[in-house]
Amino acid sequence: MSDIKPDLKMQHVDAVIVGFGWTGAIMAKELTEAGLNVVALERGEYRDTYPDGAYPKTLDELTYIQRSKLFQDMSKSTFTFRHSITGVAVPYRQIGAFKPGTGVGGAGLHWSGMHWRVLPEELQIRSHYERRYGKKFIPEGMTIQDFGVTYAELEPHFDFVEKVFGTSGQAYKVNGIVVGDGNVFEGDRSDNYALAPQKVPYTAELFRRAAKAVGYHPFVNASSNASGPYTNPYGCQMGPCNFCGFCSGYACYNYSKASPNVNIMPALRMVANFELRANCNVVRINLDGSKKRATGVTYINADGKAVEQTADLVIASAFAYNNAHLFLLSGIGKPYDPVSNEGVVGRNIAYQMMSTIQTFFKEDTNTNPFIGAGGTGVALDDWNGDNFDHGPLGFVGGSPAWCNPAGSKPISGIATPDGTPAWGSAWKKAVKKSYLNTVSFDCHGANMTYRDCYVDLDPTYTDKYGQQLLRFTFDWKENDIKMSRFVTDKMMKVAEAMNPESIKVSVKNVGDHLDLRNYQTTHWAGGTAMGADRKTSVVNRYLQSWDVHNVFAVGSSVFPVGIGYNPTGLACALTYWSAKAIREQYLKDPRPLVA
Amino acid sequence: MKTIGISPHRRNFLRKAVGAAPAVALLAGAGGGLALAVSKDQPAYKPRFFDATEWATLTALVDRLIPADGEGPGALESGAHEFIDLQMNTPYAYGALWYMQAPFVPSIEQFGYQFHMAPRELYKSALAGVNTAVKQQAGKPFVQLSTAERDAVITQLQKGTLDIGEVPAKVFFNQLLQNTREGYFCDPVHGGNKDMLAWKMVGFPGARADYMDWVEQYGKKYPLPPVSIA
Repeated sequence: MSDIKPDLKMQHVDAVIVGFGWTGAIMAKELTEAGLNVVALERGEYRDTYPDGAYPKTLDELTYIQRSKLFQDMSKSTFTFRHSITGVAVPYRQIGAFKPGTGVGGAGLHWSGMHWRVLPEELQIRSHYERRYGKKFIPEGMTIQDFGVTYAELEPHFDFVEKVFGTSGQAYKVNGIVVGDGNVFEGDRSDNYALAPQKVPYTAELFRRAAKAVGYHPFVNASSNASGPYTNPYGCQMGPCNFCGFCSGYACYNYSKASPNVNIMPALRMVANFELRANCNVVRINLDGSKKRATGVTYINADGKAVEQTADLVIASAFAYNNAHLFLLSGIGKPYDPVSNEGVVGRNIAYQMMSTIQTFFKEDTNTNPFIGAGGTGVALDDWNGDNFDHGPLGFVGGSPAWCNPAGSKPISGIATPDGTPAWGSAWKKAVKKSYLNTVSFDCHGANMTYRDCYVDLDPTYTDKYGQQLLRFTFDWKENDIKMSRFVTDKMMKVAEAMNPESIKVSVKNVGDHLDLRNYQTTHWAGGTAMGADRKTSVVNRYLQSWDVHNVFAVGSSVFPVGIGYNPTGLACALTYWSAKAIREQYLKDPRPLVA
Repeated sequence: MKTIGISPHRRNFLRKAVGAAPAVALLAGAGGGLALAVSKDQPAYKPRFFDATEWATLTALVDRLIPADGEGPGALESGAHEFIDLQMNTPYAYGALWYMQAPFVPSIEQFGYQFHMAPRELYKSALAGVNTAVKQQAGKPFVQLSTAERDAVITQLQKGTLDIGEVPAKVFFNQLLQNTREGYFCDPVHGGNKDMLAWKMVGFPGARADYMDWVEQYGKKYPLPPVSIA
């Protein structure tokens, strides 16, 4: 695409935003507030609560989950995968292990609403572990590094994100004073959550009782599924979540689940200096002759025309790894080479490692798993981050655990006990007995970064515009599997305390490889890592490109390491942090903000 | 749930199923002509994509994947086979939701679907392949096998030990099982899960979608029957 000539040139704007999910919408709001003329370009179609979330049509498991209605259109573009740097990558042809978004709202329209900050130590993960356990504790080849920003610096932004999202939750401490039975491991808070915690469905209540009985610290986790009517600081309104059970993978018909469409778009519609263009697929960020300044972007519009949009400021806010793809295609920053260990773009790719424990109870237990919301549930952080002594254990990282009744539906959602055949009368009998009598919970493990886990451009496969696909070289490592097995073992005590008829555990064994077939999590991180050192990061602590100072990248692509929590809360807080630096420092004097 | 067996819907389905079963066998034996039995209330489903032999084989396969028994409806009562036929005329079956760019290279199972056929082509090839393989093994087509023999063939497909031609047996088995479950449990708007029988069996309320009053009613059976978006 590098030789593509534009068919059309659009009028110059102050800022262009690539990708309109959560982080793109936040940047649009912040930059229009600063008085800039802003254009946002979204590759997918226009979407909103109506008609994309309209009742009852949206409550259709086949269309939305099995046929991936709101997810990325894989026929247009996908990714390739291999397990090692010597392997041949093959395409991720069907949606399986992760569900990338597309369209206005991005993955923020169909996410679950699980809302987390970050454990403060995880922002300084390398220095924290080195200080507590010594430099030798971090294994050879593990490339974890500090974010370059502190929890204290981000706290006001975490707080504001929760107010924009209408986050429902119970704090433990506010300004150092205990205010309730929230998460004892949570970082300092300057205020309560925007709304009271959601009600707790039966499965999560059973989990809470058992976790308490074994001495852990369960709490009702924060969700951006509104527990009551709410108006956010932008004047956008939400209605109370009614636990419909069609949450993750669906647009919320009830205006209860926070989304860019519900919580930011109504405010942006009111301003004249903002324009959103859907069906506009950005193929590259254009640089001037010096390669140190971007002139704007080139995109393909709905008619297949190549369009040049010039701008003084370019915000890359595509989903996670897609920012690295855009940087690689545009020649921004040096691509990472795992052999020489040089270059930065594509480095430090991380995922998450889940394990799941399913407990099966006698008939007529009626756990009613159809009742739920994506962020609802009870969690515990006893085995997350560095909340426990890693010294004798020999691994880095941890895993939050939670019972998250998101609403299980029968095509994809009926667990059966170990030994149940996949078909026939025995399967049917097990499905009939299990659906209303199961409690399932997960350990949502952090994934560390490694020298040989990265993304680059695939040499063979292309997207519908002829661009090279993004290639993942990624596999599980012993450290993370040890972590996952340790935490899962701890959580087995909770399962046993529930006293079920049987327990089924799904956990990785040492030597297991990444499997793309069954859903795991969509939470990829890295590729355009942030940091204090330009040799190991793509963007500085303000998320500004080290190489092209008028380009900023936002989203979980800037995480230099994987975290156990769902990333949206942190990704959005970092976006406000970056926007503040743009508004208060960069616009007055456009330059590299870190020398 | 125990009332399923005596409900008017159930009676209708049983009547149709009983009517259809011999017709399928006869059809396969005759080798052509759509002679499916017609019940008094509703004409039998006429497949739009599958030809008579394919339809008979598909019907017999899904019938064993989710058989009718005392527990609840079988795949045929729920219309899972009709659902699969209807799906064949959606973009999904043309492979339009998948990345189908060549080269297709052999790969480990963990990287997921790497076969070059979209579902329409896959079903045509695999259903013919099953019959060819079964004829070689047993001297007759799949539909003329006993239920135990049918189950043995399906087990071979599942294990990937039956050569059904171009389509790897496991790939076909996974596709068929997935689509059968979809047809069994989907919203009836898609042509499967007739009268929401499968939802009633497991206790799924469908698109009720408001449990504000039931979230904290721990352990109580939800009292309302399912609703469809249709």
